[in-house]
Amino acid sequence: MRVSFEVNGHEVTADNVWPGESLLYVLRERLGLPGSKNACEQGECGSCTVYLDGVTVCSCLVAAGQAQGRAVRTVEGLAESGDLAERRLSPVQEAFVEAGAVQCGFCTPGLLVQTDDLIERTVGQGGGVPDEAEIREHLAGNLCRCTGYEKIIDAVRLAAERTAAQRDGGGPA
Amino acid sequence: MSGLLENTSTRAIGADIGRVDGPAKVTGTATYAFEHQLNAPAYLHPIQATVVRGRVREFDTRDAEAVPGVLTVLTHDNAARLADIGDAELAVLQSDEVAHRGQVIGAVLAETPEAARQAVRLVRVHYEERSHDVRFSAARTDLYTPGEAEDDEQGDLAGAMASAPVTVDHTYTTPMEHNNPMEPHSTIAVWEDAGLTLYESTQGVHSVRSTMAELFGLDPERVRVIAPHVGGGFGSKGPLHPPVVLAALAARLLPGRPVKLALTRQQMFDLVGYRSPTIQRVRLAAEPDGRLTGIGIDVTAQTARFKEFLEQAGKPTEVMYAAPNRRITHRLAALDVAPPTWMRAPGECPGMFGPEVAMDELAVACGVDPVELRVRNEPGTEPASGRPFSSRNLVACLREGARRFGWQDRDPEPRRRMEDGWLVGTGVAASTYPTGQMPGSVAAVRFEDGHYHVRIGAADIGTGAWTVLTQIAADALGVPVTAVRLRIGDSSLPSASLAGGSTGTVSWGSTIVAAAQAFRERHGTAPADGAEARAGLPDNPNRERYAMHAFGAQFAEVRVHADTGEVRVPRLLGVFAAGRIVNPRTARSQFIGGMTMGLSMALHEDSVVDPRFGCVVNHDLAEYHIAANADVVDLQAHWIDEADPYVNPLGAKGIGEIGIVGTAAAIVNAAYHATGVRVRELPMTLEHFLA
Amino acid sequence: MNPFDYRRAEDAAGAVATVAADPRAMFLGGGTNLVDHLKLGIVDPDLLVDVTRLLPDGVEPLPDGGVRIGAGMRNSDLAADPLIRRRYPVLSQALLSGASGQLRNAATTGGNLLQRTRCVYFQDVTMACNKRRPGSGCSAFGGYTRYHAILGASEHCIATHPSDMAVALSALDATVVVQGTDGERRVAMTELHRLPGDAPERDTVLRHGDLITAVELPDLPFAARSRYRKVRDRASYAFALVSVAAAVDLSDGVIREARIALGGVAHKPWRATRAEAELRGARPTEETLRAAAEAELAEARPVEGNEFKPTLARNTLVATLRDLVEEERTR
Repeated sequence: MRVSFEVNGHEVTADNVWPGESLLYVLRERLGLPGSKNACEQGECGSCTVYLDGVTVCSCLVAAGQAQGRAVRTVEGLAESGDLAERRLSPVQEAFVEAGAVQCGFCTPGLLVQTDDLIERTVGQGGGVPDEAEIREHLAGNLCRCTGYEKIIDAVRLAAERTAAQRDGGGPA
Repeated sequence: MSGLLENTSTRAIGADIGRVDGPAKVTGTATYAFEHQLNAPAYLHPIQATVVRGRVREFDTRDAEAVPGVLTVLTHDNAARLADIGDAELAVLQSDEVAHRGQVIGAVLAETPEAARQAVRLVRVHYEERSHDVRFSAARTDLYTPGEAEDDEQGDLAGAMASAPVTVDHTYTTPMEHNNPMEPHSTIAVWEDAGLTLYESTQGVHSVRSTMAELFGLDPERVRVIAPHVGGGFGSKGPLHPPVVLAALAARLLPGRPVKLALTRQQMFDLVGYRSPTIQRVRLAAEPDGRLTGIGIDVTAQTARFKEFLEQAGKPTEVMYAAPNRRITHRLAALDVAPPTWMRAPGECPGMFGPEVAMDELAVACGVDPVELRVRNEPGTEPASGRPFSSRNLVACLREGARRFGWQDRDPEPRRRMEDGWLVGTGVAASTYPTGQMPGSVAAVRFEDGHYHVRIGAADIGTGAWTVLTQIAADALGVPVTAVRLRIGDSSLPSASLAGGSTGTVSWGSTIVAAAQAFRERHGTAPADGAEARAGLPDNPNRERYAMHAFGAQFAEVRVHADTGEVRVPRLLGVFAAGRIVNPRTARSQFIGGMTMGLSMALHEDSVVDPRFGCVVNHDLAEYHIAANADVVDLQAHWIDEADPYVNPLGAKGIGEIGIVGTAAAIVNAAYHATGVRVRELPMTLEHFLA
Repeated sequence: MNPFDYRRAEDAAGAVATVAADPRAMFLGGGTNLVDHLKLGIVDPDLLVDVTRLLPDGVEPLPDGGVRIGAGMRNSDLAADPLIRRRYPVLSQALLSGASGQLRNAATTGGNLLQRTRCVYFQDVTMACNKRRPGSGCSAFGGYTRYHAILGASEHCIATHPSDMAVALSALDATVVVQGTDGERRVAMTELHRLPGDAPERDTVLRHGDLITAVELPDLPFAARSRYRKVRDRASYAFALVSVAAAVDLSDGVIREARIALGGVAHKPWRATRAEAELRGARPTEETLRAAAEAELAEARPVEGNEFKPTLARNTLVATLRDLVEEERTR
């Protein structure tokens, strides 16, 4: 079957797709977007988290056909648009590097998308910076084997604070 | 030995520098093994044995071959013959024998992974099944003493136990655990006239190259292994396992075409090793004030019948405490199972569980504070060898940890604190890990286009090698980090030892220091464009003279729910003495990550073998629990300044593993303090506390 | 997996007709369970009919004071719905205790009810399982049983139903609205799931082709102070060892009514009718709460490996009721 949908703002089409293929597979192997990771293929680790029509899902459990006509946003689409080589990192991406929240990096893309979603749902909707419990709950479905999560929490807080400051002050964070 | 870096003003080492590979990883552009974009790949899915022991009589592959997109079915009938290199685990598809359930007995190559997977399901395998035995127990009559670990006896432990006023004699157990790096073991193999190229998730590109060259009878120069980024390993990506061999065998049937293999999470439980379960009888003999007169550990571990591996859990007892009488033994049970392998702090991690819980039991028996008990048993020299320590700051870690944790006000009586229905307690345990060094690394430094290009085939499995080696090179050359261009993760670079045993940074770093010195000696401080020098890792004669170890102290607060027995760890604090810290940001991550894996070990991790099927049945991340975000609350790692002039030119000790050592014991000890219930087996699940 | 066709259905009647006509056709909802099962080889359909866009996906009040939940409503949306949070907090809590944010964003109300057991032997197609392959035997007996049933099991199956949401719905006396080939019918939530008996392959009383279109909750004022307590091996993101959904109607120091269901203990959400009967009209002392819990668990039959579960279930039930009573008293 043929599947067409939007990825990071661009219309894409994949041909000869088996209906049983996952969205994750289509992204990684057919569309050349390996940023979303395959670590468990069962929705148990969150490494494959992407936005699907504005909500985050495990793309390993989305049948390719279900993506037809919908909008997908992956870790590759988080940075500001522009020339690929010169893109500025998003506040979430910047905070993860800065806080030391990245080690092997395999869980990182999923965490970034889920964090982006948390900040969008809190600070982005005019709310406050999420507290630690809120952060841990929102990221409960993203397993990490390296970092011990502490620096990830710091990074989320940092990104949320900067986004809030930018929102409130108008200037660059 | 000291002061190899003295002539350079140290600016980068010790600096809190962000990860060099950070931007690539947060934008999804860091390339892991399976993600190299190659033309027209084929996909491989293994066929795994569904019997535990026996031989394959026949494959019926007709239905599998009829699946659209299937290219070929690989079995021992059409696989290339490999050289016998004395590693039965790597003799993939060399015979029809089945030695453990889940063993690779074939594979399907197809145009898509789904076609390959479906075809594998359609392969019918007829076996000649033999009886099997996978039951791990210390009561087995066929246990044997492995050659690499003869019984180690000093004095007379039995006599000490018989005459001591206070004794502890208990058996402690740790379960089978799986490394489970987030990135599944993955390979892309390309077989061309020029040779074999492997894009591999590995802890050492050169060891993959040499082993694969040997297996396939190729000149090592004809094998290239590429691994710029690796999604964790924790030991399982150290030694080679069958999947990479399988991928190369398949690629050989399809010359010129990339063959891609990524294990599923379930396959990770069958094919890439695990930490052996251990049964530890620990004996402590002591004076009433807690001073040890005897210490002993008798370890039973398991191995595969067809390949020996020993979890050396007795090792830390050689190092930790002073006592005139000492006995350390290891026994192995050879079972019809897949071979165990290294998992973060092999030996030390399980081997500091039993003894450190036993020390807590001794503290209770003597009425001595558990921090003070450890201080009282501090040895002057390494107990088993008599060698002086190059540096040993366990006591400083215990004192600093006690201060930071607020230990001084602790009421030693168990079951005294209840808050909102939760029983609360605190506990402590010590950590240790040897400071090793692996031979065989070479580094090259070349000056070109205004930059110093430093090349070494090291691996960054998330530890921070990209970053800390850049820092070390900068200081060794006396230039800013921005002047250094590092290349690692490719076997076409100068040879590097494995990322394992917490030896990566010190082995590669010392090699880079030597290469930088050679470069400056030959080319001075104003080198011409194209100037180059290389050097190997120098010998360190101090390694013979001194015992070299890192130490640490771990403090835990534990809550146990009075009704349900649920266990939570609201606070974990570790203080480590591990020589010079090259980068505080990446180091803290290593310590905290190790402690979290220790927490995970304490509360969750348990690979459940069903003896009837001979394999792990909870083989996915839904059933095999690793610590999730909510399991961690307040977790801190600190370190003390430690100057060690003997370990290596950097004054650094490896830090990748010590964080996991002792954590589980600290948590179990805290749970005892909370509840009065002494748990001697892991994981410490809620039913231990139900009444 | 075998190749299959994928079709997006336009209306419920058409979807039902299509699936009913083809014994190997299946409905596809959020996919969080089914897509996994396709890869594991547990199911082998020749046609998937995607119903996610045709099912109602909101909460609407009913004239009788109850509410109607669309079967296509995402778990995350249902958990966050203001009406549900105010009037049936136990349901919101149960949903939020299940899976992860990403999975709740995909999973639907109907799909959640129909998720299948997490028994490790059911999930591994190389092992015998009566639920997956009727008559092949139950590997769980004598095996890994930590998450297995202690109530209502049979010699053919000791699997548990994994849903948290279903436990809350069972306590709330929900009704499931089903569209079949012969029109719409209504099934009590407590009757939707079956005990295994000698046909563990059938999780529910639904027939092939039946499509859940909605779930209705009755008007139950005292459910406004209900709660869900889930006990699991990890602090988050794990299936229940035992869970309790409970609501208590307390006035003048006497329990008038109680609604209780247990999760993680049976092949279906276990409505604790014996405990409810014990509590009705009783004063909520520690003794009566304990007696009620023990009455419910009197016939618990653990197997080797889950001997701790009756005690855990009893303690969790008592603790949950105690907390609810305490909350009522201090209101």
